[in-house]
Amino acid sequence: MADALLAIEGLTKRFGGVVASDGISLAIPPGELHAIIGPNGAGKSTLIGQLTGEIAPDEGVIRFEGRDITALPVHQRSALGLARSFQITSLFLDFTTLDNVALAVQAHAGHSFRFWRSARAEPELREPARAVLAQVGLAHRADERCANLSHGEHRQLEIAMALATRPRMLLLDEPMAGMGPDESARMVEMLKVLKSKLTILLIEHDMEAVFALADRITVLVYGRVIASDAPAAIRANAEVRKAYLGAPDEHAVEQVAHG
Amino acid sequence: MTLWLTPRNVVVAGLLLFLALVPAYVAVTGNAFLMTLFTRIIILAIAATSLNLILGYGGMVSFGHAVYLGVGGYAVGILAYEGVASGFAQWPVAIAVSALLALIVGALSLRTRGVYFIMITLAFAQLVYYFGVGLDRYGADDGLTVYRRSQFGDLVNLSNRTVFYYLCLLILVGTIYLVWRLINSRFGMVVQGARSNDRRMRAIGFPTYRYRLTCFVIAGALCGLAGALLANHTGFISPATMHWTRSGDLIVMVVLGGMASSFGPLIGAVTLLVLEELLPVLIRLLASGVVEPQAAVKVAEYWQVVLGPLFLLVVLFARGGINGLLEGTRRG
Repeated sequence: MADALLAIEGLTKRFGGVVASDGISLAIPPGELHAIIGPNGAGKSTLIGQLTGEIAPDEGVIRFEGRDITALPVHQRSALGLARSFQITSLFLDFTTLDNVALAVQAHAGHSFRFWRSARAEPELREPARAVLAQVGLAHRADERCANLSHGEHRQLEIAMALATRPRMLLLDEPMAGMGPDESARMVEMLKVLKSKLTILLIEHDMEAVFALADRITVLVYGRVIASDAPAAIRANAEVRKAYLGAPDEHAVEQVAHG
Repeated sequence: MTLWLTPRNVVVAGLLLFLALVPAYVAVTGNAFLMTLFTRIIILAIAATSLNLILGYGGMVSFGHAVYLGVGGYAVGILAYEGVASGFAQWPVAIAVSALLALIVGALSLRTRGVYFIMITLAFAQLVYYFGVGLDRYGADDGLTVYRRSQFGDLVNLSNRTVFYYLCLLILVGTIYLVWRLINSRFGMVVQGARSNDRRMRAIGFPTYRYRLTCFVIAGALCGLAGALLANHTGFISPATMHWTRSGDLIVMVVLGGMASSFGPLIGAVTLLVLEELLPVLIRLLASGVVEPQAAVKVAEYWQVVLGPLFLLVVLFARGGINGLLEGTRRG
């Protein structure tokens, strides 16, 4: 546990009578791509919310690099190197693509109580931003207004924004959401490159992508971890198969969760 | 991109040239009213420019911005009343007190969003308004006469109307330039980012609250300076300056002229205040062709019936305001 980059112990969150996170414990070592899967309503978004600091857990501890970050506000977690992408594209639509990424660079380039010099004329913001855009394949769209980008490009920019903060770990909330097969394939290729450099927690519905990328997979059902293992073992796990993979209808999932 | 001869630039340049030439025109024709009107327009354009910083660029819809006009004005009026005539004391106090008030209002209101933010800024404005009404020593709701303009020794003589006019114009241009620098700086990028998507700003590591609060304070301070000018201009300050309808006027100027544009608030202030003067006259002239002269005067009293729909049209069909129309772009 001590070696884990991100360690979660007994994380619990209740919304009224609903237990969205039910004593979740996970340890993600550096370099791992850890995927979290689970049917709708399994509590994946609530988990991400607690990891990023937007939702305060009722119980449990979150450690990043051994440090307790459970009560840390959102922006300080980012400063520690924990970056996220959003399930629903969350960008600065009236800025250009490059402005978006440069702003993420700026967030980690000292304080921003600088009132006079044009931020768009600062090479120390623009150049790292251009490099990140090139990395995700958006360099040719740098000066386009963000609102004019396609959905797939928005998803790429989502990742670029997270990368520009030079994180140690990425929390990717359904990066393939709403993508066509071609775009998804490209995203998988990109994540394959990223996974050699960063620790990644990936939440994703696209099973093909998850099994292609993940070192380890955790299956979440009704807020509870029902399995956490290597992809092959997850595929073979009878409980998971019954609950999730082989049975797309909600009934089977319910039986496993409560039985 | 390098083409500077756009309709907007031509209009802005023409407007600035016109403003620069008003005193010359007045000197030739002796029409002092025009000088009074345009001094007032320029001062309110400074206030609108300061509001644009938070409203247009920061997305903070303050419904109490006129309060800083009043506070700045009262700082000058009260100090003058108490025997401190020096502008070197009055103006910094006007700016500092406005900034302090903005710090308090902002610290509380910026923890909320949307309608709640509007309501809290309005509530504070009403609070200060009634505080002004209760200032018995300084004229209560009758207001306070400022007998002497701020004294700047041999530096400038504000009693000279032309000098005062040009000083106001200089401060307006300086304010527009300052806001332009601010919004393009790192600080300004953060403030604009927070308007666009505050959640993402925090996710990428910005503690947005402190930047938005700083922005709110700068806007309050600038408006406080406009208030000091206004008290000097009218020689009078009363709680009416801080009434919420005055705050509404400032919002109208910004939205009409064009939010988040450098010259929008100036264009809006000129348009609104000139229309306020012109519409009654125009309507009376038009109506007198149809009805009796006395009835025409009556009809002209309803000039706002024309102004209202005009404003509505701009809001509905030109989201970038007049500035947006001139640029030929639609924002948002």
